[in-house]
Amino acid sequence: MTTPGGLLLPLCVLVPFVGAMAALAIGGRGAQRVAMATLAAGLAIALWNGVVFIGSGQAVVYVLGGWQPPLGIALRADGLSTSMLVAVAVVITGIGVYARADFSTPAGSSEARGPLVYWLLLLAVWGSLNLVLVSGDLFTLYVALELLTFAGVPLVCLDGKGETLRAALRYLVYALAGSVLYLLGAVLLYGLCGTLDIPLVAQRVHASPAAWMAIAMMTAGLLAKTALFPLHLWLPPAHAGAPPAASAVLSALVVKGSFFIVIRLWFDVAPTLPGLAAAQILAGLGAAAILFGSLVALRQQRLKLLIAYSTLAQIGYLFLMFPLAFDAASGAFVRGSALTAGMLQTIAHATAKAAMFMAAGLLYKAYGHDRIADLAGALRAAPLSVLAFVVGGVALMGVLPSGAYLAKKLLLDAAGASGQWWWEVVLQGGGFLTASYVVLVLAQVTRRGDAAAAPVRVPRTQEVAALALALCSFALALAAVYGPVSGDLLGNPLAPKELISTLMTVAVGCGVALLFARDVPPLIPAGNPLRAAMLAVGGAFERTDAALRQWAVAGLSLLVLAFLFGAAMRTHA
Amino acid sequence: MTGPTLFALVAAALVGTGLYGFIVSPSPLRKILAFNVIGSGVFLMFGVIARRGAIAGIGGDPVPQALLITGIVVAFSATALAITVLLRLAEEAPTTTLEPAPPRGAPDATRTTS
Repeated sequence: MTTPGGLLLPLCVLVPFVGAMAALAIGGRGAQRVAMATLAAGLAIALWNGVVFIGSGQAVVYVLGGWQPPLGIALRADGLSTSMLVAVAVVITGIGVYARADFSTPAGSSEARGPLVYWLLLLAVWGSLNLVLVSGDLFTLYVALELLTFAGVPLVCLDGKGETLRAALRYLVYALAGSVLYLLGAVLLYGLCGTLDIPLVAQRVHASPAAWMAIAMMTAGLLAKTALFPLHLWLPPAHAGAPPAASAVLSALVVKGSFFIVIRLWFDVAPTLPGLAAAQILAGLGAAAILFGSLVALRQQRLKLLIAYSTLAQIGYLFLMFPLAFDAASGAFVRGSALTAGMLQTIAHATAKAAMFMAAGLLYKAYGHDRIADLAGALRAAPLSVLAFVVGGVALMGVLPSGAYLAKKLLLDAAGASGQWWWEVVLQGGGFLTASYVVLVLAQVTRRGDAAAAPVRVPRTQEVAALALALCSFALALAAVYGPVSGDLLGNPLAPKELISTLMTVAVGCGVALLFARDVPPLIPAGNPLRAAMLAVGGAFERTDAALRQWAVAGLSLLVLAFLFGAAMRTHA
Repeated sequence: MTGPTLFALVAAALVGTGLYGFIVSPSPLRKILAFNVIGSGVFLMFGVIARRGAIAGIGGDPVPQALLITGIVVAFSATALAITVLLRLAEEAPTTTLEPAPPRGAPDATRTTS
């Protein structure tokens, strides 16, 4: 049944795609104007849909053509979709404002390939993501997932250089393996249930080997597209090589599309099938991602690669909620505070990571490079860019009242309540490790600069766009407190307990950075045995990471994970 | 052995062969072909499920056939995009291998000192 306001859902999907088509037809400078108008319209639709959802308190549904499922296709927007629709619209708009300076058609030519393609792909990514968020059946989700990949891959190789083309091809081919596994799982589910409509599948699917393998293969395929460790072979070169306005889209949003489908699968399609053991594997991979991503990030010399590895770590953080959302009494994954925390973390990472990539792009523009060791004096030369980077980093640490802070508190509570103390350790450790690479960059940019390497001035609007997105994470905390989260969780940041926790996170982060980072300000003498040992440990992590990113290893990992999930589900039944 | 069972086994063999090629073939073109072999297996599986009539209990279920056509279009687009990127890569770079750059060893020439 189509609910009031249901028409907004097809509009969410159609408006970006119609904008992309119109921009292609008009071309040149007109394409950018069309894109800007589409951004405004799409943002308005997403907000309106939010108002409709809050007003009715029920999922917004649109039945396409009036044909009821299982024969027809329904679009649905529940609380998860609605919040993500708004978050995606805000982040895309921020990136669009930022990208105007980088991707405007140069004076003297009527059309340039790079800018035109960027605006088309930005709108296409948005439309595909919105389709992922509102799809009500597994096959539409497959099509949306593929559209998202097709729109995301060319963003990697906008500059057409050999290395970025290689990164794009690696991303595309590996993602195709992921999507074909997803499709195979969907086919098996259709064979079992005779429908692909999510609520109907949820009613009809029962524990059986075919169902376990279907869910396991779909999950593994989606993890390959999300780049959860150890299936991340494509992520660092793709996210670090793309232009900053494209990296921001890829890192903040594109990987969230497949993550969102994992949530749909585990919470809506088959909440009773996976069981706790599979969730522990998922979160275990997340913990490994945090460790590897953060320690390898500390060894990077280029700022964009550091941020790309930080994305790897933060993707791991998103998966920690799965075992905490498991309800032992019903044997199912239930929507509760752990899922709310996961969504808060997802949105907080989207805004913060977009801001960090944008800030890194500005520093690159100012200095002509992004070698972290040579960014001394950047704080004085480009204070707003550095501020955007640091605010984004602090928003991810989960120390000050922000989206990630609420997420961490909710997850800590859930871990304590279910007696899974080891996830409390990982959650706290993740905060320390995040602090370490933010502090490392901060330490380099605050050093006294070389007057000879005077940077180029960067546009103020770009700096403001980056900073605004970084600050969104704090606005998110306020929005959450007015919505699903209790306001008691939001403490006074200057209260002694909070202050000590903040200082401790930063202090431990400093310690980790001093021990593991490759290039640190000379506080520790070179011959210090502890530092030498830790450098060797860091090197071992880096080599392991490189070995896991070999094609054959990553391909095998994908299959092994699929079987592992299947076996874990068997133990649950 | 009934027809659907035979075809299902063929589909499984295609998926297995494709996955093997996808993992061990060093060349990107072979990986793209392997993806298409896996895809053929999945599409054949669609046909098997349509023939079984699934839950409906009728001779042939039309829904998987509609899905199958869409799936083929998507796989075709994916292949076209991958081949285009591969051709561009062959023009721009000396080699089309997809392996990541080797890890940096201890004597790192590009390292800038602070």
